[in-house]
Amino acid sequence: MAIALSRVLEHRAVQYRRTFRSSAFSSFLSPVLFLTAMGLGLGGYVDRSGGAALGGLSYLEFLAPGLLAATVMQAAAFEATFPIIGGLNWQRTFHAMYATPLSPRDIALGNLAWIAIRLAMIAAVFTAVIVVLGAAHSALVVLGIPVAVLTGMSFAAPIAAFSATQRTPNQFNVIFRFGITPLFLFSGTFFPIENLPGPLQAVAWLSPLWHGVDLTRGLVLGTIADRPLVMAIHVVVLTAIVVVASWATVRTIERRLIRG
Amino acid sequence: MTIPTLPLRVAPPLMFGSRRALRLIERNLYVYRRTWIVIVSGFFEPLFYLLSIGFGLGRLVGNVPGPGGAEIPYQLFIAPALLASSSMNGAITEATLNFFFKLKYQKTFDAILSTPLSTADIAVGELGWALIRGALYTAGFLVVMVVLGLATTPWVLLTLPAALLISFAFGAVGMAATSFMRTWQDFDLIQLVILPMFLFSGTFYPLDAYPEPARFLVQVTPLYQGVDLLRSLAVGHVDLSIVVHVAYLSIMGVIGLIVVSRRLDKLLLR
Repeated sequence: MAIALSRVLEHRAVQYRRTFRSSAFSSFLSPVLFLTAMGLGLGGYVDRSGGAALGGLSYLEFLAPGLLAATVMQAAAFEATFPIIGGLNWQRTFHAMYATPLSPRDIALGNLAWIAIRLAMIAAVFTAVIVVLGAAHSALVVLGIPVAVLTGMSFAAPIAAFSATQRTPNQFNVIFRFGITPLFLFSGTFFPIENLPGPLQAVAWLSPLWHGVDLTRGLVLGTIADRPLVMAIHVVVLTAIVVVASWATVRTIERRLIRG
Repeated sequence: MTIPTLPLRVAPPLMFGSRRALRLIERNLYVYRRTWIVIVSGFFEPLFYLLSIGFGLGRLVGNVPGPGGAEIPYQLFIAPALLASSSMNGAITEATLNFFFKLKYQKTFDAILSTPLSTADIAVGELGWALIRGALYTAGFLVVMVVLGLATTPWVLLTLPAALLISFAFGAVGMAATSFMRTWQDFDLIQLVILPMFLFSGTFYPLDAYPEPARFLVQVTPLYQGVDLLRSLAVGHVDLSIVVHVAYLSIMGVIGLIVVSRRLDKLLLR
């Protein structure tokens, strides 16, 4: 199975080699611009008046790890929508793959593996920027990369499972506008969830992004040992989502390939 | 040749289409009847940003200097700026991605040109549609501002036409730019301009954060013109700078419209 998987990866890598220029801006440059504008520009005003609420951190230090997880989530959502529906409906590359010895499981997991590689590239660049800006407090920042990928995959896998059931991209807009954007804005990325009204704080606990943001922040700031139990819960929740949703993706892609 | 006829010779009124442009708006109404959720969802984007950045993060920011230098609450500072940038983003999406799809792939415009509509009708009709959409969002956002207690002066009502002016300026220039695009990859160039403008044009924080030369650079961007226009109206700080902003955006829109009419002639009729 590992060899079959690598064939799918090879296909995606060859494809990416031809189109990476156009994605370079959205995956590498735009998160960095976001971090500069919000972390340094707006951060100056936050530090002047609201520093205490962030536990003595500068706003840049608070924002950077959260934005790392959130950026990877956004890229994951994109990679799990259009390329999947394209492979099943537009270019029909998944059908072509199915005509070879590859199984639907290879095709589904191979594509998810490729998404994970893409996310790792984005997370690595972003992490390097965090280190350069001096917003990392611990060597554990390196572990922020796999954790951000795990967070991203907890979105990519369920969204991919859904995308495989769609024949048009009409519903994607709804996912982005009512799913990804609110999570991006309210999952403790830009401000602590303690600032949310009471009931909404409980909702934030349900957000996979919040688990990812809190975990990434613990690693980048080196505070992970302060709350080991909570951090372990984050890892378990995210891993569980990825495992279950990957299985679901295999099933939905299988169904489309076999029944058309 | 007397002076008043000169503008008419450069840009004859017919170039800006006829009443047939209304038919195009009617077409878009029919098309979107089936995907109304796409339209409705556009209203929530600035609202989510306002609640998150304005109220969630705003609590940590406190007061910032507004137009004229007086300190204003951060929520009041950012609400008009979000309205301005969502007007820009809405118009740009409609005028670039959707316009390109109809121009190159769906061949909608080729079909339309086999009817009595002209290329100028298409330009005006598409822009008119983008403005109607923009007006819906702006009105909705203004209601939210009133509900959240961010409407403190009657001048705030003028943000509605002002936001439409921003949509007009960016929509026209966006369509003009799209008429030069060859592939989807070219659209990254547009994002390369739009995103930095969204982040750095005094949208999220005052210009004092920048050194003097950078401040000037920001002030000449069209989004800054729009942001400052809406923000001045929202806090009721009305002075001559408003006239400058309005003139800037109007000229930008008219130039865009002239370019796109001529380009469409070239692309579709020859």
